[in-house]
This record gives sequence, structure tokens and C-alpha cells, in this order.
Amino acid sequence: MNQPKVGLFVTCLVDLFRPNVGFSAVDLLEHAGCEVFVPPAQTCCGQPAYNSGDRTDTRTIAEQVITAFEKFDFVVAPSGSCAAMLKKHYPELFQDDAEWQERVTAFSDKVFELVSFLTDVMFVQDLDVQFKGSVTYHDSCSGLRELGISHQPRKLLAMGEGVELREMKEPDVCCGFGGTFCVKYSDISNSIVEKKTANIEAANAELLLAGDLGCLMNMAGKLAREGKTTKVRHIAEVLAGRLEAPAIGEAK
Amino acid sequence: MKITTPEFKSNAVEALADENLQKAMGHVQVGFIEKRQVAADGLPEFEALRDNARDIKNHTLAHLDLYLEAYSEKVEQSGGHVHWAQTAEDARNTVLEICRKAGAKTVTKGKSMISEEIGINAFLEDNGIAPIETDLGEYIIQLRGEAPSHIIAPAVHVLKEQVEEDFRAEHTHLDVDRNLEEPETLLDEARTVLRQKFIDADVGITGANFLIAETGTSVIVTNEGNGDLTQTLPRVHIVLASIEKITPTLEDVSQIMRVLARSATGQELSVYTTFSTGPRREADVDGPEEYHVILLDNGRTNMIGTEFQEMLRCIRCGACMNHCPVYRAVGGHAYGWVYPGPMGAVLTPSLEGVEKGGNLPNASTFCGRCESVCPMRIPLPKMMRHWREREFERNLNPATQRWGLKIWAWIARHPGLYAFGARIAVRGIATLAGKNGRLASLPLAGGWTKYRDLPAPEGQTFQQQWRVRGGK
Ligand code: SF4
Repeated sequence: MNQPKVGLFVTCLVDLFRPNVGFSAVDLLEHAGCEVFVPPAQTCCGQPAYNSGDRTDTRTIAEQVITAFEKFDFVVAPSGSCAAMLKKHYPELFQDDAEWQERVTAFSDKVFELVSFLTDVMFVQDLDVQFKGSVTYHDSCSGLRELGISHQPRKLLAMGEGVELREMKEPDVCCGFGGTFCVKYSDISNSIVEKKTANIEAANAELLLAGDLGCLMNMAGKLAREGKTTKVRHIAEVLAGRLEAPAIGEAK
Repeated sequence: MKITTPEFKSNAVEALADENLQKAMGHVQVGFIEKRQVAADGLPEFEALRDNARDIKNHTLAHLDLYLEAYSEKVEQSGGHVHWAQTAEDARNTVLEICRKAGAKTVTKGKSMISEEIGINAFLEDNGIAPIETDLGEYIIQLRGEAPSHIIAPAVHVLKEQVEEDFRAEHTHLDVDRNLEEPETLLDEARTVLRQKFIDADVGITGANFLIAETGTSVIVTNEGNGDLTQTLPRVHIVLASIEKITPTLEDVSQIMRVLARSATGQELSVYTTFSTGPRREADVDGPEEYHVILLDNGRTNMIGTEFQEMLRCIRCGACMNHCPVYRAVGGHAYGWVYPGPMGAVLTPSLEGVEKGGNLPNASTFCGRCESVCPMRIPLPKMMRHWREREFERNLNPATQRWGLKIWAWIARHPGLYAFGARIAVRGIATLAGKNGRLASLPLAGGWTKYRDLPAPEGQTFQQQWRVRGGK
């Protein structure tokens, strides 16, 4: 394959809260042989509107994303949740629209979540993972159940000789984030994340990793509030070795 | 049954503070989830069977009227009676009429969610007839004056110690020094107490897991055998079932049964599977003299042809609630009506109206675990989202929420403005956090910071830094 042109869908949370994840994604994609572009006309994938029942606004946002990204060979997002939105849910938004249907299908076919793109499309075989220590991995829901991401992150982590994966109990159970759910139903969300942080602590790893910043901020915020010492990072940061930035929620 | 679904949020807060409940809900993990996994892994064709089960029900729903008619004819041919009930009230009145004709004083009952849906127990009591639940779980909650909190394990919210207390308070005629420590001793005691009631009852009411159109047969699956006694000992047997229980053939039923128990409890089959066709015939050694089937609609035909039709494939296995993090956090009662968990979050607004049931489809993280285990492959999260869409179209969600969303969506459609606002916001929050890296509180973010810190942004957006570095 010629050097594929990849449009990076940064995701709103990475753009706002954790640019380090975006740069890690760029590093990993370039290392895999891609040319990376970041269209400025991107904001959010539209999930807050979509999951609040506002289809009209979601569709307008979707049209904007498709228009900005359809020229690339691939569209990659460092988030299972946003990638699933672009890949699985955008087509549903245009179901009754013959004019857009072809466009949206062509677009959605090109969308991938970062980690699974590296393993399943770019066939990354070796990665010089610098990190040494123990990690535990949380399977974020959309990535796991809508995109089938589960062995891919573990495979890439295993390429690092110094990485020891300590699985937690129920790594595939929701952390209680759920977008606006965590503020609309904060008491329930809290009960769910409490169970999660207990399982994380019991795994006894230095670092908690996942592929979605929303879940990571939720778990990091709860671990910090509970005074637990597990550090939290997006998996891309570890894979790319961008570890200078303090872990999520850690002091500078 | 009084619906408290509009108070879901405060119900949930109470449930979260209930220590007994929280302890009891912990049992769901070992009791259901792990067993289901073992059963599913042990059957190579499990996924194919799920597809098959889905297709059978889809076909049935597409021809529901034909199969209902065929079923009804067969029931009549075998000497039974079919009663069509459009509403819960119709069904209640029919039950009462049959009981009155039979001169019934007591009625034994097998487990039936439809009987909960139509609120038959309270209605019979008001009319001087004593309903007696014979399923152990149902019996326990009847003693406690509660509603089921789970569709197959009605007393899953009750601890063993609480059952012991209830039994000691109720069964005062038994030896006070008896041992009630083990679940088996509790079961034995319930059996002893119920035995005479089975014999005394004039009418037995059961639900149905399936109604077979080909033969006019009703099928129940149970683990305690109480259903059999309920339907064979009394003189009159009433089957309470909703219309979507119809399944074309015996072969179809046996296909679906292969996924039912495995999804529910991890069993290959339930301990008892009982088929009833009409009343007792001359050569039969036992069975009721009268056999009635009450077919309840109660809003289900309104779901046909809508985006909620697929919900009618549900076989009430309970897997979706067992695997739901929200259900596990708050238990079944918080949902405020008959059906809890993900299936309840779709059914409650469908049957009781979104005005009352709207809270439920909103209270989901969309984690999708329910859909991933549903034997009938019902796209539960998608249907919850459809309910949110209906609410949004009808302006049913709070004005503040709507406006917040509208403003956000408008900004999201203007990338230049968005980038500008984002730069200011992240710099502001980063400044507030200082060197701490996180915030314990932040104006307008109370929903977040009530329970967790907010990790602070780095200070500049990715887009900002990318452009500075000359990225494309
Ligand atoms: S929705 Fe599916 S998982 Fe839930 S009770 Fe019905 S059949 Fe079982």
C-alpha cells in the first residue's frame, strides 16, 4: 500500500483535556507508515445530541464530519465510542436519504478506532513500547461491543518487553461514565464506578489503561477522590511512549 | 400496580442507601452471570440458536393475527376457552368472573408476570378471594407485601436472613427452635405450608412461557414444580398470557427453549417443562375440569409496526437485567413498575406511556451488555434511544437540558467559534486547577464533582498545539 492518508478525528475530549493522546496517536500512525492530517473543521462526533434524542442536530453535525473527512483513505479516532458513532451510527442517521446513503457508507467503511486500526489494518507487528511496569486494562463498552476491540490492545501491549498485564475482575463491565449519564444520574454512576475502582485496585497494577478518554477521566477522577494510588493513562500514551506529561489528573 | 417510575431518581437514591439490598444484589454475579457464561460457552451452536430464535419470533410477529386465530381455534377444539382482554381491567374482570362461577375462595398461583402487570392479587383480595403465591420467591414477597424485583427471581433483593425472619413471623404454628439457616430448609418449610393450600384451592392461575399455535398448548417452565400442582390440582385452570407468547409450532418452542434457560440461569433446561392442552379428558388421571386462557393485549398491538416491535420477541429470561450495571446498582423496585432493567426500560414507556416511563430509557450508559446477552437479539440500547427521540420530539425533557443541548449543538456546528471557545475554556479550567492537575469542584460541574475529581486540561487544545507545530 502507498503511504495511506489518515484523517485524525481527535475527539472533543482529547482536544480539550488531553492533547497528549492526540500526539501519541499521530506518532503511532506515522510509525505505522501513515501520513496524518487533522482537519480544523472538526468539533465533536455528535453523541451528546444523538443520545439525547436530538436527531436533527446530530445529522447536521454528521454531515459536517463526513464532509471534512471523506477525502482521506482512512479516518481514525483514539476512542472506541466516537469511532463507533462514526462507523455504526452515522449510517442509521441517513437511512431514509438516498442521496447521502452512498456517501455515508463510503465514509463509515473507512473509519477505525486507533488501536484496532494499527493491528487489523496496518498489521503493526512490532512496537518499541518503552514503558516498564504493571498495567491493567479496562475494555470500554462501545469499543468492545460495537467494534469488537478486546485482543488488539492486549496484543500491542504485549509487544513491550517490560509491560506486565494484570487483568482486573470484570474488565468488560461499564465504568459508569456513559456521557451525560454520569451527571444526569450521578448517584447511580457513582455506585457503578465505585465497583470499578475496587476491581482496579485489587488488580494491583501501577497503571490503569483504556482506549476512551471519557471513561479514563471518570475512573481517574474517582480513584483520586478515593485517594487510591493507581495512575491512569490512555493506552496510546503508553504505546507511543509519550509519558512526560503527568498521568490523567496528576499534579504537574 | 401503582407506578412510581416518575420517581425513579429518588427511588434509586433510596436503593443505593439500602445496605441489605446492596448486599443481595451482589449475588447476581455468581448466581446468574457466571452460570450463563458457562452454559453459553458449553454449546458451540449457541450463537446460531440465538439467530434462529430471533427469526422464529420475527416470523411469528409478522403473522401474529393468523397464529393467534389458529391457536384460539385449537384451544376451543380441545375443550378450553379463550378470552380476549384488551386492557388490564378486562383481564381482571374475566379472572374474577371465572373465579365467581367456580365459587372460589382461594386461588393458587404459579409465577406470572402478567398477573403482576394486571395487578390481579390486590383485585382478588378486594373481591374476597385469597390469592396464594406458590413459587418460593413469589411466596416470600407476598408475605413481605412487596412486588417482584426481578422477572425470574422475584425475591432476588431479599437476603436469606430476612426470609428466615419473615417465615418465623408468619408460620407461628411451627416449632420455634427449628433450623432455618439453609436455603433448603426454607424451601422445605414453604413446601409444607403450601401443600394444604394446593389441595384447598378452587382455581389455579399460571402464566405461560409459550403458547403453541399448532396445538393450542400452553407451556410453563419452572424449577420448583409448583406450577404443575397449581394447574393440575384445582378444578379450574386459568392461563394468563400476553399475545406475544404465541409461537407457531412445538418444534419452534423447543428451539427457543434451548436458549431460554441457558440465558436465564445457565441451566440446559429448567427442571420442569409442562405442556397443557385443554381440560382433563376422560382417560386422563388428573387435570382441571375447566381450562381458560386469557390473552392480554394491554398496549402490545400498538407496538407492532413501530420501532419497538422487536421488543415483542422478549421471552422474559432476565439476562438483560442480570448484566445491567444500572439494575445491579439499584435493584428492580427502583424502576417503579412491573418490568425492571433494560427490557423494562423499553417496555414501561411502551405500555404505560413515555410520560410516566421516560426516566427509564434515559437511565442507561448504553454500555450494550444487555444486547450482547439477549438470547432474542433485541437491540435494547437502540430502542431506549428511540424513546429518547420520542421524548425530545415532544419536548418532554426539561427545558434547561434542551436549551443546553441546543446551544452546544449550535456551537459544535461552527468549528471556528468552537475552537475559540474551547481555547478559552481549557485555559480557564487549567488556571483554576493550577499545579494540582485536578479539581475537586467546579461551577456548573456539580454532577461530576459531587463524587469524583475533574482531571484538569493541559491548558492548550490539541488543535492549537497542532497548528503551532505546523501540522497539516
Ligand atoms: S430483553 Fe432479551 S435478555 Fe431481556 S428478558 Fe427479554 S429476552 Fe431476556
